[in-house]
Amino acid sequence: MIKHQKPEAFYDTFERKGHDEKVTHYCPGCGHGTAQKLIAEAIDLLGIQDRVIFHSPVGCSVFSYYYYDTGNIQCSHGRAPAVATGVRRTLDDAIVISYQGDGDLAGIGLAEIMHAANRGEQITVFFINNAIYGMTGGQMAPTTLLGQKTATTPLGRTHGRDGEPMGMCEIMEALTSPVFIERVSLSTAAGVMKARKAIRKGLESQIQHKGFSFVEILSPCPINWKMTPVSARKWMKETLEKRYPVKTFRDQITERPEIDTHQRLPWLNDEELIELLQGNEVLPVCSGSGEAPEEQRIKIAGFGGQGVLSAGVLLAKCGISEGLEATWLPSYGPEMRGGHANATVLLSPDRIGSPVVDDPNVLIAMNGPSLDLFEDTVAPGGWIFVNSSIISREVRRKDVHVFKIPASDIAKEHRLLAAANVVMITAYMVNTKAVSVETLRSILPVSVKKQEYVQTNIKIIEQTIAYCRDA
Amino acid sequence: MSKRLMKGNEAIIHGALTGGATHFFGYPITPASEIAHAAAQYFTLAGRTFLQAESEVSSINMLYGAASAGARVMTASSGPGIALMAEGLSYMAGAELPCVVVDVQRAGPGLGNIWPEQSDYNMVIKGGGHGNYRNIVLAPNSALEMFEFTRTAFALADAYRMTVFILSDAYIGQMMEAIDISGEMLKGERKPWALYGDRNSRNNLITSILMNPELQQRHNEKLQHKYREVEKQCISFEQVLTEDAEVIFVAFGISSRICMSALRALRARGIRAGMLRPKTLYPFPGEALASLAAGGGRTFIVVELNDGMMADDVRLAVGSEPMLLRYNWLGGVVPTVDEIVQRTLQDLQKEA
Repeated sequence: MIKHQKPEAFYDTFERKGHDEKVTHYCPGCGHGTAQKLIAEAIDLLGIQDRVIFHSPVGCSVFSYYYYDTGNIQCSHGRAPAVATGVRRTLDDAIVISYQGDGDLAGIGLAEIMHAANRGEQITVFFINNAIYGMTGGQMAPTTLLGQKTATTPLGRTHGRDGEPMGMCEIMEALTSPVFIERVSLSTAAGVMKARKAIRKGLESQIQHKGFSFVEILSPCPINWKMTPVSARKWMKETLEKRYPVKTFRDQITERPEIDTHQRLPWLNDEELIELLQGNEVLPVCSGSGEAPEEQRIKIAGFGGQGVLSAGVLLAKCGISEGLEATWLPSYGPEMRGGHANATVLLSPDRIGSPVVDDPNVLIAMNGPSLDLFEDTVAPGGWIFVNSSIISREVRRKDVHVFKIPASDIAKEHRLLAAANVVMITAYMVNTKAVSVETLRSILPVSVKKQEYVQTNIKIIEQTIAYCRDA
Repeated sequence: MSKRLMKGNEAIIHGALTGGATHFFGYPITPASEIAHAAAQYFTLAGRTFLQAESEVSSINMLYGAASAGARVMTASSGPGIALMAEGLSYMAGAELPCVVVDVQRAGPGLGNIWPEQSDYNMVIKGGGHGNYRNIVLAPNSALEMFEFTRTAFALADAYRMTVFILSDAYIGQMMEAIDISGEMLKGERKPWALYGDRNSRNNLITSILMNPELQQRHNEKLQHKYREVEKQCISFEQVLTEDAEVIFVAFGISSRICMSALRALRARGIRAGMLRPKTLYPFPGEALASLAAGGGRTFIVVELNDGMMADDVRLAVGSEPMLLRYNWLGGVVPTVDEIVQRTLQDLQKEA
């Protein structure tokens, strides 16, 4: 039964329009008015008016908010499915409608519609296909037929220059996520009846949490087609529907299970959230070895895989635990070389300026190339720690302290070669006393990913201390 | 104390969650991807929403939707991605939607490289998209400020219904420092203008279109009035040893960290160096700079990893009188402390 009174989901007068508030902005013979009325009636019938959020992107659809007495979002050209996604992921109970034209959906917004469809967003998309751009003045749309004359194809669309008209339902059908895909046509009264049903089903699919639904509505645009309303409908029936067959492409509303596109885990309250963010990485407070050290500008360098970056992290953590300021910066910029890694750590009782260091006072060299690269940069009076398992040459500098330790061999003895870095930083701590080895022991449990390695690391630290004592 | 060591990029997400953020939409790009990684982990585990978008264009429009629905929402990207968001940012400004956008700057133009520049300054500070609008721009220079600025950015965005940018760079994002996560948890409230899919909000409309030029003008005037208010209320900056300074560095982000070391080195050599560091780039601390310039005699050195974009704003603030030097590095090259010190010494000598 066709209702002739204005649906509840429409405003009585279109005050947002600002003038001629009783009539729409659509041209004589346009299909938008019919399509929008069918949608409004479906909203009434399904009792969802309060829940609807109606998206009108750019095109003739842009002023939908003049008419719908529902929540309204006007959005940018082609992006309504992305905007609708944002709404969908925020409001569980809203009924999210995207109402888009052919330039909007199949042209500029092709990425957004395809990905929203592929994610199976629980939204309903009404796609008005009138084979032309309306609002901007009758230019070629992706759906314009071959030979069809438009403002930008004055001699007609050609295959060679412009490509073929795009069938969006056919493209949509290639995706498995959409639950309901149907093309209808407003060319005849019978077509309108079918459209009414498809529009309702598209919304029901969403109400039942079945997923993404897509209703393509072939719609007349007599003004831009340069036809009378009657001849426009005839052309639709005889020509447009030949290229865009009216049919149900997919209807799996009944058989599909309800889906939860959010896949959200339980909401954490404040305490749980803090616990999550702190993880098990909150650093203990340690007293250190007494006097605050002078600023430590530490460069740790070696092969990728020698734990250079993580050694730096351990040092920075020790500093923080002892109440020092600390920065850690991975190899970056001109000093980076292929396959090599280095980290810069600053420890200071004062606020740290640049985290980038050009004159380290400590160099921890895990391999030969690192020593070659950074030996000359070390500040006079500084320290160079050498992994003598790998580096055979002597340190040339005479104005720095040098300590050599077979770090890789010590780590290997404990069958944990990856802990050579721990040997090196332990040697640094024992020799300079800038931070305490005790602190290193304390932070291991909040630093080592595999807890079974904590004890091995402790043993490696003990052996390193013994080595340093005897050296 | 409950301190953790973490990267600036990760600190952003810790700040966001303690600042009441509930939604993150984003697209990967180096050197900002770690923010999305952290969001994917922490937003998801916290029962909040993380979604990888198909493009930056979609990201910003997902923000548009979530913000319309009242969420505290954010994204993170780098120059090329921010450029793609320009239209969306303009729409957000027109529709007065609040959101937080993080820009971890890399070198440009074009694909450039992934090393740090500060060359998104004009794009982000002057608006970026079409139309008369502004973003509030916060410029952290440490992992701790990445945490703190992001944490408070959501309340700022809500209060003014504006986009708040966190303008960072590849160094500040990569650097690890200590963060204390024990602070108060902030939360958004129901917004009278937003859409909730219920009867009370049914009449609300999110739009940036006003066909009547006079109405559009009135809307623009309202926005301009808001921006003047932001300029009154939100300026934030730090002064380091400016009182007796003969040389004043003006720098933000990683440049300000290097200048901090440089000014200490200069002081050690008897040069009275200081620094004004904007923490907000819009609104810009122009008055503070003007009062430092008043009386004359001071040299301003604007140190930036771009071609002097902020220096233009500093010149505007201090007027044509004071000596203003532009120290610029481009392409991802970051100066050493010593380079800045030596150049300053040379220039001061020339001046004398």
